[in-house]
Amino acid sequence: MDTILKKHVSRRTVLGAGALGVAMLAMPSILRAQDKSLKIGVYGGYFKNSFDKNIFPEFTKATGIAVESVAEPTGEAWLVQLEQAAKAGAAPADISMMSQVAMIKGQSTNLWTPLDVSKLPNSKNLIDRFINKYPDGRVAGIGAVAWYITLVTNTDVYKEAPTSWQALWDPANADKLGLLALVSNSFLLEVTAKTFFGGTNALDTEEGILKVFDKLAEVKPNVRLWYRDEAQFEQALKSGEIPMGQYYHDVTGLAASEGHPVRSTFPKEGGIQDSGCWALSRASKKVDEAHIFIDYMSQPAIQATLSRKVGTAPTVKRELLDLNDKEFAAVSSDIEPILPRYDLLTTKADFLNQKWTELIVG
Amino acid sequence: MKREAPQSVADYGPLFFPAGMLLVFFVVPFGTMIAVSFFQRQQGGFYTPAFVFSNYERFLSVFFGGVLGFSLMLAITVAICCVVLALPFTYLLSKLPRRLQVIWLVALLSVLSLSEVIIGFAWSTLFSRTAGITNILVQLGLMKQAVALSPSFGAVLTGMVYQALPYTVLVLYPALVRLDPTLMEAARTLGSSPLRAFFNVLVPALRNTIMATLIMVFIFALGSYLLPQILGRPQHWTLSVLITDQAIYQSNMPFAAAMAVFLVLVTLGLVALTLLIGRKGEKA
Repeated sequence: MDTILKKHVSRRTVLGAGALGVAMLAMPSILRAQDKSLKIGVYGGYFKNSFDKNIFPEFTKATGIAVESVAEPTGEAWLVQLEQAAKAGAAPADISMMSQVAMIKGQSTNLWTPLDVSKLPNSKNLIDRFINKYPDGRVAGIGAVAWYITLVTNTDVYKEAPTSWQALWDPANADKLGLLALVSNSFLLEVTAKTFFGGTNALDTEEGILKVFDKLAEVKPNVRLWYRDEAQFEQALKSGEIPMGQYYHDVTGLAASEGHPVRSTFPKEGGIQDSGCWALSRASKKVDEAHIFIDYMSQPAIQATLSRKVGTAPTVKRELLDLNDKEFAAVSSDIEPILPRYDLLTTKADFLNQKWTELIVG
Repeated sequence: MKREAPQSVADYGPLFFPAGMLLVFFVVPFGTMIAVSFFQRQQGGFYTPAFVFSNYERFLSVFFGGVLGFSLMLAITVAICCVVLALPFTYLLSKLPRRLQVIWLVALLSVLSLSEVIIGFAWSTLFSRTAGITNILVQLGLMKQAVALSPSFGAVLTGMVYQALPYTVLVLYPALVRLDPTLMEAARTLGSSPLRAFFNVLVPALRNTIMATLIMVFIFALGSYLLPQILGRPQHWTLSVLITDQAIYQSNMPFAAAMAVFLVLVTLGLVALTLLIGRKGEKA
């Protein structure tokens, strides 16, 4: 009897398993679950490679959502592409990492699907300023990563690290600086305002802005290279050809760890903190998957992984992170950062651009 | 043989393909650009269809006039340098044995395979203080210490001439190869020195070719936006650099389009003027 029962049961089990297997193959809902996927835009090159290696495979393992990463160009080219594709109802990527200026510009055409914070429990971990909101309070994007632009020097040429952004104005540094060439990515107006005018509030009025421009003009004789292309300055900094300038803290740290004679210093006025948001195109239908992804990325543990593996500054509060002091210093600083005036870079974009171009070209 | 005038639609057939290509790849994009140049820029956003002149108004200023002037001057200088260098070179090349000619032409063509980025970075290294050519001069005892030759106007000019020279040679080459050798022989028989014959016989005989080459290199150089950025200071940036800034970094398409339209019109005007002067000169 026992053996018969056993046999019976086992036979049923086998049949059942077989039937279930057939059902699994036949049922569309299950099939759909298998190809749950997201197209995610991240800056091409180093960022995309790091995310492909360190972040996306773990995400797929944890959630079953496959990731197809898309290399985005920097600048606003990607925003223009997303906008034009959205008009045609297409999304070249569901979620993209967007700059703050691009976030504000996208808001003006409702390009970003508002995010539901109740589906993003981890978003409470974030520092408040990393939650990007529409003017009416809907959430447009969630801080993905942050990074610093700091004062960098070649250690062969400068034995002592500079302590203040004022070094850029020092007549001793004539023809030695490499600075970013655009008003929208160098944030030098903010630096000038914080260093000489007590804070970026000095830029609130047009008069104030012009005063800051005048002060910034004094830097010109010291500048050898106004660069758009990062590789151009990095190379010159490493070789000592252009021994001082503004550059990305993480990349400089990486170069220093590879043995190049470079250092990144947080001046006493603070480094410039820029950041990118995750934003969902309104043309994307993958709203649920997108929320799962953004929530996943907002976990302190993932932010710590990003800091260790990609070299970005965390967007979640420091006390939630398990980064030790050395790891934290490699990507960030406790000195209060200089925060770019993204509002001005959109509302007064053409005025600033015109004055800036006249300043450096003229 | 007398060529008959086309009789039916089918006789115009061979024209359809080039006309179609021209329409798709030139007329439509250029028309779009002209349309966009009149659109209304939305600061902090994109643009909306409209018919406004504000983009052109913004361009009409001393500042942009200066940049446009510099761009034209740079392109003309590049064109003249290229032709001055390439004409004697190509002439001597056309006198070489066939095998050597082929080797030279292949070498020149291989320069064309280099991208602008590579050319720019290569020259910026050659002109640098730490690794550049001045270090060789120091070792030879010709200079006291190495100096940086870039960024400077000379560096921009060198890079752009380097980039355009192969085109110049390739455009001049067929005309020089086909040139009647008896012309020079006659000049020599009549007692002219080779140098004199070159300037008094060869150059005038090739006047139209030289003019066409100048115009081609001028237009080629006018579009350059990467080399001035890599090898020049901001005052050496061409209008193309500022157009790129507006289009890519400011997403101000209407203003970028207006600048581009202006640049095209000025270019066409200059080319027309050159041809007009050339024709008048012929009549005289």
